[in-house]
Amino acid sequence: MIRVPLRPLAQVIAARSQGLNPDIVEAERRAAVLRNRRSEERRRAEWRLWLLSGVFLLAFSAVGGKMAVISASAPTETRRAVAGEPIRAHRADIVDRNGVLLATNMVTSAIYVETRQMVDFVGVAEGLASIFPDLDAETLLEKFERPGNFHWIRSEISPEQQQAVHELGQPGVYFGPRETRIYPQGQRIGHILGGSRYEVQAARAAELEGVAGIEYQFDDRLGDPEQIDTPLRLSIDMQVQNATRDVLQSQMDAYGAIGAAAIVMDATNGEVVSMVSLPDFDPNDRPAPQGPDGDLLFSRASQGVYELGSTFKAFAAANAMERGVAGPNTIIDTRGPLTWGRFRIRDYHNYGPELTLTEVMVKSSNIGSARVALQTGTPAQQDFLRELGFFDASPVELPEARNADPLLPPRWSELSTITISYGHGLAATPLHLATAYASVVNGGLRVHPTLLAGATPPTEEDRVVSRETSQALNQMLRAVVSRGTASFANIEGYEVGGKTGTADKPNVGGYAEDSVIATFAGMFPSSNPRYVVVVSLDEPETFAAGAIRRTAGWTAAPTMGMLVTRIAPILGMRPQPEVLVENVPATTLASAGQ
Amino acid sequence: MTDMVFGAQEAPEEEPILPQWWRTVDRWTLSAVAILFLIGLLLGFAASPPLAERNDLAPFHYVIRQAFFGVLGMMAMVITSMMSPRSLRRWSTLGFAGAFIAILLLPVLGTDFGKGAVRWYSLGFASVQPSEFLKPVFVVFSAWLMSGAMVRGGPPGKTLSCAVAVIVVGCLALQPDFGQASLIVAAWGLMYFVAGAPMLLMIGLAGAVVAAGTYAYENSEHFARRIDGYLNPTIDPTTQIGYATAAIREGGILGVGIGEGQVKERLPDAHTDFIIAVAAEEYGLLLVWIIIGLFLFVTLRALFRLSRERDPFIRLAGTGLAALFGMQAIINMGVAVRLLPAKGMTLPFVSYGGSSVVAAGITLGMLLALTRRRPQEDLGDLVGLSRDRNV
Repeated sequence: MIRVPLRPLAQVIAARSQGLNPDIVEAERRAAVLRNRRSEERRRAEWRLWLLSGVFLLAFSAVGGKMAVISASAPTETRRAVAGEPIRAHRADIVDRNGVLLATNMVTSAIYVETRQMVDFVGVAEGLASIFPDLDAETLLEKFERPGNFHWIRSEISPEQQQAVHELGQPGVYFGPRETRIYPQGQRIGHILGGSRYEVQAARAAELEGVAGIEYQFDDRLGDPEQIDTPLRLSIDMQVQNATRDVLQSQMDAYGAIGAAAIVMDATNGEVVSMVSLPDFDPNDRPAPQGPDGDLLFSRASQGVYELGSTFKAFAAANAMERGVAGPNTIIDTRGPLTWGRFRIRDYHNYGPELTLTEVMVKSSNIGSARVALQTGTPAQQDFLRELGFFDASPVELPEARNADPLLPPRWSELSTITISYGHGLAATPLHLATAYASVVNGGLRVHPTLLAGATPPTEEDRVVSRETSQALNQMLRAVVSRGTASFANIEGYEVGGKTGTADKPNVGGYAEDSVIATFAGMFPSSNPRYVVVVSLDEPETFAAGAIRRTAGWTAAPTMGMLVTRIAPILGMRPQPEVLVENVPATTLASAGQ
Repeated sequence: MTDMVFGAQEAPEEEPILPQWWRTVDRWTLSAVAILFLIGLLLGFAASPPLAERNDLAPFHYVIRQAFFGVLGMMAMVITSMMSPRSLRRWSTLGFAGAFIAILLLPVLGTDFGKGAVRWYSLGFASVQPSEFLKPVFVVFSAWLMSGAMVRGGPPGKTLSCAVAVIVVGCLALQPDFGQASLIVAAWGLMYFVAGAPMLLMIGLAGAVVAAGTYAYENSEHFARRIDGYLNPTIDPTTQIGYATAAIREGGILGVGIGEGQVKERLPDAHTDFIIAVAAEEYGLLLVWIIIGLFLFVTLRALFRLSRERDPFIRLAGTGLAALFGMQAIINMGVAVRLLPAKGMTLPFVSYGGSSVVAAGITLGMLLALTRRRPQEDLGDLVGLSRDRNV
C-alpha cells in the first residue's frame, strides 16, 4: 500500500499563507482526485461499452438478416430428417443355386390417417371398410376418435387397394412407402427361409427384419447396403425341392402319416440340395408362434429329434470295420434272445444262429448289430458318433436347428451301447442322420451341413473312416436295397443303397405299440455316392400283402424309390447299367424289419 | 431543542417526485417498451386462442391474463424507475436474498408442471418462476460488489461476485435450467468486462464456458439432444424449429394476414418461445424488423447513456440489465431462426407469461432508474477541468 501523507505540510503552509482554510483545500483536492479517477474509469469503460454496443448491433442484425433470408427463401420439398441409424428400406434377394428367386421385395404402401386433416370421419371409415373386408366401420370410427392425430390403418396394402383409397377422395388419408418381402415359392421353402416382418415402422419407411430361418440368420448380410445388389445364393435346388415336396406330400397322404421330412444332401460337400418338412407354412403369411397354427413353424427335418432306428446299424458296421473288429464277411453270432440284465433283445424274426456282417445289415438283425457294437466297445462307439456330429446341435445356418440338441443317454452304459447300435436311446434330427451318412459314404470325409451354395469339399484332415471301410459299407447298403429290407427303394440304373429304420414312438413311460417313425437313409449311386437322401415318415400305415404294415421297408423305402425316380434326372444323372450282378435272391418283404 | 426555539427547519426546496421523474427519465425507451408490450398483446390475440381452445377456456383468456400481468409489469416498471440508485441497490440486495432462497426451496415446494424441470411455484391462480426475478436483482447485487472493489482499499468485490455467480449458476443448472444459467453467466461476464477485466482473463473465461458446455453436453441428455438437433443440418419439418422456419417463410415480407397464420395451431409454444414465428407469419418480415429494431434501440440507447455515466455502480448495474434484456431477446429470436440451439426463453414483454412480463418490467424499471439524467460534469470533461490540478 502506498502511503499518502495525510496532511502534506508544504500545502498546508501555502494555504495558510494565502489565508485559506487548509481543511477545505484538502477536501477540494480529494474531490478532484476522485473526480479524476471517475472520469478516467469512465473513459476506460466507454470504449468497452461501445464495443459491447457493436456486438449487440451485430447480433441483432444477424437475427434480422437470417429472418430476411428465411422469409425470402423458396419453400422446399419438406423431407423428414433421419435421426440416428437410417431405416433399412432395402433387403437383398435370396436365390437358389440356379438363380431361381426365393425372396425379393415389392413396393407396396402402408396406409394411415391424420385425423386433424380429415373432414368426414364417417365417410372415411365406411369407405375403408368397403375396400378392406377385414376392417369394419365402427372400429375405425372408434380409432379416429381416440386422442392423437396419427393412426395406422394397415401396414401393407396392394396397389389396387391403394387406387381404391385414392378414389375415395378423402383428405387426411395417407400412404407410406413400404417394401414388402415376397416369397414367390410360397410354402415350398417356408421352413428354410423363415420369414420377416417390419421392425421399426415409421410413416415414410419401415425396416424389414428377419424373424426366423435364413432371413434371421443372415439379417445383417441381407440388410447390408453394400451387398444389397448381390443376392444371397442358397444350396437349395428349387426343382429338386418341388419334386421332393410333391413326392413326400403324396406319400404322406397315401400312408395317412401325420408328418414327413426329407433331406437331399450333396454327399461330397454337405450342401443341402433339398429339405422338406410337412406340414409346412407360407412365409408370406407366417403364422404366429403362439397361435393356432404355431406348430406348423416346426421343422421335422432340422428341429425334430427322433430315435432313428436301424439306420444306425450302418454306423455300428462302419465302426467295427474301421477298427478291425469285423469285416463284411465276418460271422456274427445272432442267437437270440440277447439277455442283458433284465432286458432281452430280440429280432423281428429269428434269422438263425449266425450271419455275416453284411447279412446282419441286409436282414437288419438287432442281435447281430448289438454283438458287433459290444465287441467294438462303448468308448469307440461314443468317439465315432461324436465325430459324426451326433453329440452337438447341427451347425446348419438355421437358428432353430442350433437349438435342437440331440438327446443322449444320461449314463452311457453297455445297455446304451446295445440299443444305440440299432438306433434307440439316442435321438437326433434327420439332418444329423443325413450329415453322418454323407460323411461315411463319400469315401470317409466328414462334411458339415450347409444351406449356402459353394461349400468347400472336405479334405483328408476331415477323415472319419478309411476309403476301404466306406466302400465296403456302400456295398452293404447297396445289398440292403438290392436284396434286403429296402427292396422297394431299388430303382434300376441308380444303384440306390441305404438302410431302413423303424422306431417305435416313445409315449408316456415306454414305447407306443402301433405308432412308429419310419426312416430311410440312403445314397445313390452306391459305387460312387453323389447324393444322400433321408426320408422320414411320422406314423405311416399301409395295408399291403394282407396285413397293416408300418415298417420302413413298406413306407419309407417306397417313398425313397419314388423320390429317386423324380429327382435323379433333375440332378443330371442318367440311369447306368448295373455293374454288380446280384445273384442272391432278395429276401421277402415279410422279413423286413427294424 | 433548537426547533422548539427557532421553529422547525423548513424542508429544503426540492422538485416534486413525478415532474422530476418525467424530466429525467428516458422517455424514448419508455415509449419503445410500451410499443413492445402492445405488439405482444396484439400477437397474443393471434397466438393464444388455439391454446385456450385446447384447454377449454374462453378464446381470449390468455390475452386478458396477459393484459392484466402486463399492466402489473408496467406499474412495476414505473415504480422501480422512480427509485434512486441507492434505494435500488438496497432493495435489490434484499430481493436477491429472497429470490435465492426461493430458488433453493424449489426442489421442496416447487412444481414442474409435468415438464421435467422444477422451476415454478404454483400460487393457484398463477405460477411464479423465481429465476426470472433472480436475474435483475443478481445483476444489481453483483454490480454493487464489483463497484465496491473500485474504491481504494475496498473489499475484493469482483472475487466475491464471481463466487456468488458460480453458486447461483450451479443452483440453476441443477433444476436444470441451462437457459437462465447461461444468461446469468453471460451478464456477469459482460459486467466484469466493462468493470475493466484484463483481456487475457476474458479469453480464459470464454474457454471455461466452452469447457462447461462440453461437460453439460456429455452429462445431460436434455442438453445433448438440443445441441444435436441444432448441429443436424437438415430441419425436420415436424419439430418446433421446422414449423417456425416454415412459418417465417410463409409470412414473407408482409405476412399472410391477420388471423390467417397456421403455425399457432401446430406449435405448442407459439405464444411463448416461438411468438416471433407467429409475428413473422401473420405480419411478415416488416413487423419482425420493427420488433428487432425496438429491442436494439432499447439496448443500445441504454448502453450509450451508460457510457456517459461516471458512477461505477450505476454503469455496471445498467450494463448488466441492458445485457440481460438484449441477450434474452437475441436468444429467443435466434432460436426461432436457428442461429442458436433450441432453448426455452421468452421474448421480454412480447411473449405470454406472468412471471416473464412482470420480471421484464422490473428489469426495465431498474434500467430506467439507472439511466435517468444526472449531472455528469460532462462540461468539465470537455474543458479538461478535472485534469488541471495535478496531484
